[in-house]
Amino acid sequence: MSYNLKEELKKEERFTGGHRMCAGCGSPIAVRTVLRALNPEDKAVVCSATSCLEVSSFMYPFTAWKDSFIHNAFENAGATISGVETAYKALKKRGKIDDTYKFIAFGGDGGTYDIGFQSLSGAMERGHDMVYVCYDNEAYMNTGIQRSSSTPHFADTTTSPVGAVIPGKLQKKKDLTKIMVAHNVPYVAQTTFMGNFKDISEKAHKAIYTPGAAFLNVMAPCPRGWRYETEELMTITKLAVDTCVWPLYEVIDGKYFLSYKPKTKLPVEDYLKAQGRFSHMLKPGNEWMVEKMQEEVNRHWIDLLVLCGEK
Amino acid sequence: MGIRERLSGNEAIAVAMKQINPDVMGAFPITPSTEIPQYFSSYVDNGEVDTEFIAVESEHSAMSTCIGAQAAGCRAISATSSCGLSYMHEMLYVAASDRLPITLAVSCRALSGPININNDHSDAMSVRDAGWLMLFAETNQEAYDNYLQAMRIAEAVNLPIMICQDGFITSHAIENITLVEDDKVKDFVGEYKPEYSLLKGSMAVGPYATPAFYIEAKRQQAQAMIDAKDVIRSVSADFEKMTGRKYDLIEEYEMKDAERAIIIIGSSAGTAKEAIRGLRATGEKVGLIKIRSFRPFPAEEIARALKNVKVFAVMDKADSFNSHCGPIFAEVSAAMCVANINNPKGINIIYGLGGRDVRVESIERVFAQLDEIVKTGDVGESYRYLDVRE
Repeated sequence: MSYNLKEELKKEERFTGGHRMCAGCGSPIAVRTVLRALNPEDKAVVCSATSCLEVSSFMYPFTAWKDSFIHNAFENAGATISGVETAYKALKKRGKIDDTYKFIAFGGDGGTYDIGFQSLSGAMERGHDMVYVCYDNEAYMNTGIQRSSSTPHFADTTTSPVGAVIPGKLQKKKDLTKIMVAHNVPYVAQTTFMGNFKDISEKAHKAIYTPGAAFLNVMAPCPRGWRYETEELMTITKLAVDTCVWPLYEVIDGKYFLSYKPKTKLPVEDYLKAQGRFSHMLKPGNEWMVEKMQEEVNRHWIDLLVLCGEK
Repeated sequence: MGIRERLSGNEAIAVAMKQINPDVMGAFPITPSTEIPQYFSSYVDNGEVDTEFIAVESEHSAMSTCIGAQAAGCRAISATSSCGLSYMHEMLYVAASDRLPITLAVSCRALSGPININNDHSDAMSVRDAGWLMLFAETNQEAYDNYLQAMRIAEAVNLPIMICQDGFITSHAIENITLVEDDKVKDFVGEYKPEYSLLKGSMAVGPYATPAFYIEAKRQQAQAMIDAKDVIRSVSADFEKMTGRKYDLIEEYEMKDAERAIIIIGSSAGTAKEAIRGLRATGEKVGLIKIRSFRPFPAEEIARALKNVKVFAVMDKADSFNSHCGPIFAEVSAAMCVANINNPKGINIIYGLGGRDVRVESIERVFAQLDEIVKTGDVGESYRYLDVRE
């Protein structure tokens, strides 16, 4: 059956409203969309790393999660969900459980690219039947917008502030998606919210139903950290994709597939000017930063086209 | 009648694990507990157990997988030592507050630095406030017996449990041991049937608790630890019925008329007993209190056992670096204070750090120091290191 957003939205919500995430935040949208990709008859255990998502969705005695949910700590969502998945295998083997369960972990870029990196790498290498979803908002937003290894070059954060001497973050963004590909897992994809959510929905479904470990990297903007108006969320993600800052692709058994090729590749400036965190880059005298960023985006885009057999 | 065997302490623990056949083990090797996951993975790969073994990439992940697995309704186990236990530190608190009765075998070893692979209790003592039950063994037999009792104790109060033994001293030394038959072990340990789990309906674990709820969660943990004292006694009584081997929270050795006593934990209790036998033969009224359960701490029992002695020494195989005493001395002193017992004089002996040998003569030197205090009436320095080059 072909994808139909209206039909998708008829499914019962597995992540309810009433949680405390900000308006205009990408994270709960990523969660709802990924959970919608579960077959309704399947059960799930969801794990979240400590994050905005966790503290805003499971504040005792309330929870927004209809499925079983476990929060353990900031740095170990990968290991925690792998323990749950192994328990399922053990109980299934011993005939103590009949239902079909799926295992999904969510972490921000802090809990995924950085402090939870080892735990994630271990879980991927061991090949548990699970999906790890990174909602990448490119900084430690829960503690107040500190830089992470996912923060883009030059971005203004509270630990890489734009100063008189240093113009924001000096380092480039880590390419975690490709690092996950290097784990030789059967399914890795990079996605975000576009149009009717077809890309993220289909990738989430594949990730969940591909046997073995899968990784989904979802660009999930943060209005506070990126400094955009809440209603601009989908404009920002579309610009990220159309400028090739955040290309959409998937890697199935090591083979790269490009999911979307912009008809007209937009200049990176269009993406930068939509966000306050890059505003210093657009000031007179800082043209070199935009040029540098454009060079980096171009290089990565060409590399990706080659990997996908598009060039 | 039991099965006579000769096993190292690590292998004894591994055999206990095999007999219990738990659901999930997540472990990472570290000296001197490495043999435990080694033995156990050979049982897994040879089909002697059907446990799922997760060869994780760190101790942090070992405890994290155990938390996930136990929350999912499984019996989850691990084994570690020293820096591995430290690396689990954050997760130990989570396991306890999530009320997950995970079983962790600890072959105790010094903490870095300087890096040292030998025995002391600085690893176990450094996690003493994590909310775990902690039983210590003098011998390989006790390590094995404690392990067989661990799950019943832990699951009755929903707290995780550490079964501690002394690295190398018992973990690697081979001793005669009597094993319990497999079927008896299975009957004794029973099945794990948690009321709630992630894979039973839906359950949410590990919430964010604001100040409106956090302290109540902690108070409940505190109550579980208080309740554990009776549970340990009752499980020990059942174990005695099965094996004839008697256990309690503490063991009193030659304490009835003792004027000088030492309080000790772990394998050095055996050395102390030998020293006491020798001293008793020459008419010296000396005795020993061995702590088996460090968490819960047998405060009343120790105060009661000490109330008639003239002087005692608490032996700590770890220092608190607070400039006046080690952890067990602090707890014993608090126990005496609460029991309003002021008569016996007490000193603290820090000993055996980083595997410094503890001989019969070492213990005799402690009793000699106590004798000096009795004779002079002067306690002098209460914070002393044993067998150290000053």
